[in-house]
Amino acid sequence: MRARTDRRKIVEALNGYLFISPWLIIFIIFSLISLGYAVYLSFTEYNLLRPPRWWGLEGYQRVLEDELFLAKALPNTFKYVLIVVPIQTFLSLVLAFAMDQNLRFQRFFRTIFYLPSVTSSVVISLIFIWIFAPQGIFNQITGLTVNWLDDPRTAFYVIMGMNIFTTSGTLMLIFLTGLQDIPLAVYEAAEIDGANGIQKFFYITIPMLRPVIFFVVTVGVIGCFQVFDQIYVMTAGGPLDSTTTITYLIYKWAFRDTRIQMGQASALAVILTLIILAVTLLQRKVIEGSGSGTER
Amino acid sequence: MAVTTQAQTRVYEQTVFFDRLRKYLFFAMLAFWAVLSVAPLYFTLVFSFKPVADIYTPPIWAPIPFTLENYQTILGTFQLFPRWVWNSVFISVIVTIFRVLFCAMAGYAFARIEFPLKNFWFNLLLISMMMPGVVTLIPSFLIIGPGLIRGGIDLGMFKLPTGFGLIDNPWGVILPGMADAFGVFMMTQFYKSFPKELEEAAMMDGSGRWGTFFRIVLPISQTRLITLALLTFQGAWNNFMWPLLVLRSPEQFTLPIGLQWFRGEYYTLYSVILAGSIFNTLPILIIFFVFQQYFVRSIAATGSKEG
Repeated sequence: MRARTDRRKIVEALNGYLFISPWLIIFIIFSLISLGYAVYLSFTEYNLLRPPRWWGLEGYQRVLEDELFLAKALPNTFKYVLIVVPIQTFLSLVLAFAMDQNLRFQRFFRTIFYLPSVTSSVVISLIFIWIFAPQGIFNQITGLTVNWLDDPRTAFYVIMGMNIFTTSGTLMLIFLTGLQDIPLAVYEAAEIDGANGIQKFFYITIPMLRPVIFFVVTVGVIGCFQVFDQIYVMTAGGPLDSTTTITYLIYKWAFRDTRIQMGQASALAVILTLIILAVTLLQRKVIEGSGSGTER
Repeated sequence: MAVTTQAQTRVYEQTVFFDRLRKYLFFAMLAFWAVLSVAPLYFTLVFSFKPVADIYTPPIWAPIPFTLENYQTILGTFQLFPRWVWNSVFISVIVTIFRVLFCAMAGYAFARIEFPLKNFWFNLLLISMMMPGVVTLIPSFLIIGPGLIRGGIDLGMFKLPTGFGLIDNPWGVILPGMADAFGVFMMTQFYKSFPKELEEAAMMDGSGRWGTFFRIVLPISQTRLITLALLTFQGAWNNFMWPLLVLRSPEQFTLPIGLQWFRGEYYTLYSVILAGSIFNTLPILIIFFVFQQYFVRSIAATGSKEG
């Protein structure tokens, strides 16, 4: 009897591993080994031609002394996150709130709003290049004569605007699901207590939505810190490095420069990971901490 | 007494007025955003039907003069274009099939089968979901291509390669995409909330884990599998950064890579590029409209489950 249950347990364990093995193999190779190797590479000098040479912290030091990183990529990336994340979060929340009012054509709107997010980043970038060309539709409609993507003062804002526009639809849908999960009874109770619309929004909707807000902001932050496609296609980091972000710089150092620097690029990738981790943790504290007094 | 009622009526009228005003405001806002959302696609379509020379000239709202020239150019003159379409289809379909199958298998095992270190692997999976993709970009590239250790590991008799040597090969794009943490997580959550009775009945009848999985579990998880398949297909179809690194020669390009390369080569033919963009957008739009409910469901699954 004992032997039989043991055998069944072994068979179960074997089956378990067989079931997860395809995923596990890919996970081990492309996540675990990759991550370990990225950390190792960040301490080396590696140009693909000769084997990686141990460098210690030299790579990190070079990153932290690099003009392009310090003056452009780092501030640009933070600027991007600090502008895009709040606007897209606010905008999608407002849109979701408007959608939740049981207006007509709700389904129609929901479909239309999702369109920009199914279109590929490359295609949407190509379309925007053309819309914001000197003689493009945007200038034609507004009567302006700005060369949007060749001007270091405007190029980055066009990219930001485009990304706010493409992601807000998806985020709106996430908020909408969150809003519809809030039980009506809570609102009704507040109404009996004499709460008006604005009070209901700030004292019920926002606190009840806190986990969803955290999710949307986290997804937004992680995505924004890694913005690449749009920058590669629209400006390639220019004009005058005004759209060079950390991810673009990693790509540039590792794959594009005449002097390939995989070690230094890996050091920057590790730094970026630490930044994202720190920001996510901080934000969790802020979003979850701020409401702990009013909740429960 | 009369005064109070009057005041009450006034308050009531005000409320109704503001309610209505608010509704109109919200509606106007939604309508405005809807116009914005459609505009880029609409303009692309309009200008893909206009002559190359008219790319910046009015009228901008309608395809006048109308021509099919751009589509003829892209399909007839640029022989690589149909290949890009084919490459995109091939890579996206293969990635979708494998990812859905592998994620379902792993998700099922995490939800239902007891095996050693299960929680350890599942926790690692959860942690990996927080890890930004860019950190593994360079090593993953080395693994797909030249290898982590140059020349491989010397074992005396033969050399063990540390890279797949798949640069400029569609399988180099496919391989890392065949499974991912999010898909496994999604399927695990799904199978956890799923009644066990059907599987148990099948197992009682002598069906093993594998038979049960393929004959009972997969068919009843159809809806969730389609959702995952759609998300995967959309991601693979639109993927840019990874194929950009792996695929080097124009014959191997996928549509997004080809389109942006095209722009560099033939900047003046912008209408042709817009026509090409339609080939990248239209299939995904059709899929989106046909399977709309699943897309919305996927958002619900990602949004509320993790939140």
